[in-house]
Amino acid sequence: MATERFEKKQARWWSSLVWPVSGLALLLLFDLCFTDGFFKLEVRDGHLYGVLIDILNHGSKVMLLALGMTLVIATGGVDLSVGAVMAIAGAVAARLINTTNVSFPVVIGVTLAVAIAAGCWNGLLVGAFRIQPIVATLILMVAGRGVAMLITDGQIITFTEPWLTYIGNGHLLGLPFPVWLSGGMLLITALLTRRTALGLFIESVGDNQTASTYAGVNSSTVKFFVYVFSGFCAGLAGLVAASNIKCADSNHAGLFLELDAILAVVVGGTLLTGGRFYLVGAMVGALFIQTLTTTMYMRNVSADIAPVPKALAILVVCLLQSPKVRTKFSGLLKRRGS
Amino acid sequence: METEPKALLEIRGLVKGFPGVKALQGVDFIVRRSEIHALMGENGAGKSTLIKVLTGVYPRDGGTMRLEGVEINPRSPKMAEALGISTVYQEVNLIPHLSVAENICLGRQPTFFGMIRWREMARRAERALRRVDLKLDVSQSVASCSIAVQQLVAIARALDVSEKLLVLDEPTSSLDEKEVGELFAVLRKLRGQGTGIVIVTHFLDQVYAISDRITVLRDGKLVGEFETARLPRLKLVSHMVGREITQPEGSARGAEAGEADVKAEPLLEIKNFGRAGSVTAMDLSVARGELVGLAGLLGSGRTETARLIFGIDKAQTGEMRVDGRRTSFHSPRQAIRAGFAFTPENRKVEGILPRMSVRENIVLALQARQGLGQMISRKRQLELADEFIRRLGISTPGPEQAVGNLSGGNQQKVLLARWLVTQPRLLILDEPTRGIDVGAKAEIEKTMQELRAQGMAILFISSELEEVVRACERVVVLRDRAKVGELAGDGISEEKIMHMIAEHGHGH
Repeated sequence: MATERFEKKQARWWSSLVWPVSGLALLLLFDLCFTDGFFKLEVRDGHLYGVLIDILNHGSKVMLLALGMTLVIATGGVDLSVGAVMAIAGAVAARLINTTNVSFPVVIGVTLAVAIAAGCWNGLLVGAFRIQPIVATLILMVAGRGVAMLITDGQIITFTEPWLTYIGNGHLLGLPFPVWLSGGMLLITALLTRRTALGLFIESVGDNQTASTYAGVNSSTVKFFVYVFSGFCAGLAGLVAASNIKCADSNHAGLFLELDAILAVVVGGTLLTGGRFYLVGAMVGALFIQTLTTTMYMRNVSADIAPVPKALAILVVCLLQSPKVRTKFSGLLKRRGS
Repeated sequence: METEPKALLEIRGLVKGFPGVKALQGVDFIVRRSEIHALMGENGAGKSTLIKVLTGVYPRDGGTMRLEGVEINPRSPKMAEALGISTVYQEVNLIPHLSVAENICLGRQPTFFGMIRWREMARRAERALRRVDLKLDVSQSVASCSIAVQQLVAIARALDVSEKLLVLDEPTSSLDEKEVGELFAVLRKLRGQGTGIVIVTHFLDQVYAISDRITVLRDGKLVGEFETARLPRLKLVSHMVGREITQPEGSARGAEAGEADVKAEPLLEIKNFGRAGSVTAMDLSVARGELVGLAGLLGSGRTETARLIFGIDKAQTGEMRVDGRRTSFHSPRQAIRAGFAFTPENRKVEGILPRMSVRENIVLALQARQGLGQMISRKRQLELADEFIRRLGISTPGPEQAVGNLSGGNQQKVLLARWLVTQPRLLILDEPTRGIDVGAKAEIEKTMQELRAQGMAILFISSELEEVVRACERVVVLRDRAKVGELAGDGISEEKIMHMIAEHGHGH
């Protein structure tokens, strides 16, 4: 009896990953056949280099955003402001490094505190004042880049501080630091949601908010928290983005990344209507998007038309996830077979 | 041509399965012209599934369906409507913020070069409403009508779609007696005009009052088709439950009155409790080990009282005492911390988490009270789920099944389990037996008596007076959102309650 139930649970855990993983596998198969050097890895100065490592490295920003976004979407909301919060975080860090001589941990601390404050703002609007998430976070999405501009006085601030450049460009045990950062955050988020009751509360609020409130779940607080957490994740992603290019560019840092993050979550199997969420699925989704981007780049698809094949590939994965399409498709195959 | 000439709908060997559940296993169902046909069965018997397959909500796995001798295969409710099968579902499915006229004509609005002809639409809606003997302003929004009127509007809409075959799933569960009578008059008129009517209901009286034939299902299988006039009630009930039923003990309250009589102080006491638009001047007390009933017609303020006590709505007048101490709740969380529990009337909207598992639904309230940090271990969660699945007889393939896939009665049991794991001191049950079958009703009543004997205070809300009279040792009677009186012990009878509800002017 007990083992039977265990198997059932295992099957469910895997089944949520089947479609995003097979999408990614298809794409990698395509690259294996048609893109030269895609799977080449080499070791230089003790660090791993190669296209796959690049994908992990460059995908880490969307992965970080997708972690926060997964929890937000699981409550039935959405956070459009994460790209703007990235810009704010980069601006704060660059400004502090260049104009004050506070120590590095203080810079990181203040930057993340500002990102958390941005999350609190969203959380208050959605959790306490019950403003629709899309509207509430749109406010900061629009205003956020202005705030970042104010912090940087409208300039692009460059920096050379070694610790700050390490975040986006350094290596740890052979792998780029952002890979460790997003992996670590995945672990922390998974522990936070699955080793405490937070995951249950988030899913219950997303599934039926009224029923959850009547059962004693503090829905407003749960909602507040997920936006704060999303802000925090955006802060980390903002640090990585600024560090990557060694400057704070308020106009372009994290531009449109909120859309990639939402896509990653959806590709990962979490429904936009809320309820069950899949963190690992969202990570696979983020990698899928990054692999697509890299593939386009390596195949010399011009940047102007690259979004078209990208959109097509994402469409295929989303269709694969639709039970309706799947039954139609398998019915078609059966008819062919017989 | 072997089929009877008058068979309007003929379903043979219908099969439908869900993951882990065989909902229908080779069911036959035949409806003739000019016939009112009752579809009966316990929870999970397959009534809802049969209706949903018939109306194109679910595809079928096997079997044939013929309408007027022609094989049909509806793949959506819209297709079923086009074929001549119109349906009113158990939960009134109108769009609350649209007008009555828009709801009636939705999807079939009269248009003129793509523009909606509003006058024509209003005329059509009025015509449809006349068929159910209802006269009201069709431009008002559906949300502003009472549930009973909404039900009639839904039926008017169904009639406007088609008169060939009308399917009514629990049409009377929110109607009072007079409205039921009016509805039945409409149904008889339609029957006279040749319409075949399928009715699903749990009220035996109504089945005998209106139906010509009865088809009984049990556990997804056909038990048989009977002529109503030739089927004694007791026989029908035993067909439905599949065993000789023992009537719930009539004098449960008398038997154990002695042990629970140590009522030093009420657990909950409210005085002059009220809120604008809710209830006025409610006085009520419940002691440990006491089962108090709230009786009254639909809209008399029963649910509103429960919402005030549980902290969902905030009282504006009066005071509440718990264990003799003055308290007030600003949220359900505070009420839960005081040991209160509440199963809402509308379990789909306010009760269950449909896509989450039985296990998660059961542990939610306990986990919410314990807070984030003290996570109930997975092992313990499964133990709790297994224990209550067994104790309350929840029929589910397992604790990981999504609650939305269970039948109504089992969803209600899951809700009950959610609160029982918190070991509440006061349990408020708002219509726990609404829309569930005889067997599950008896089980829930039995569970209530057991809990009361263990010393739990229970506030029981039900629109079925018979149930209230049987279960409660004290009954508070409401009318027009105010308390009109109270009955206790042997003084409780359906007749007296009805008198209190009916009398005017001189209340308490």
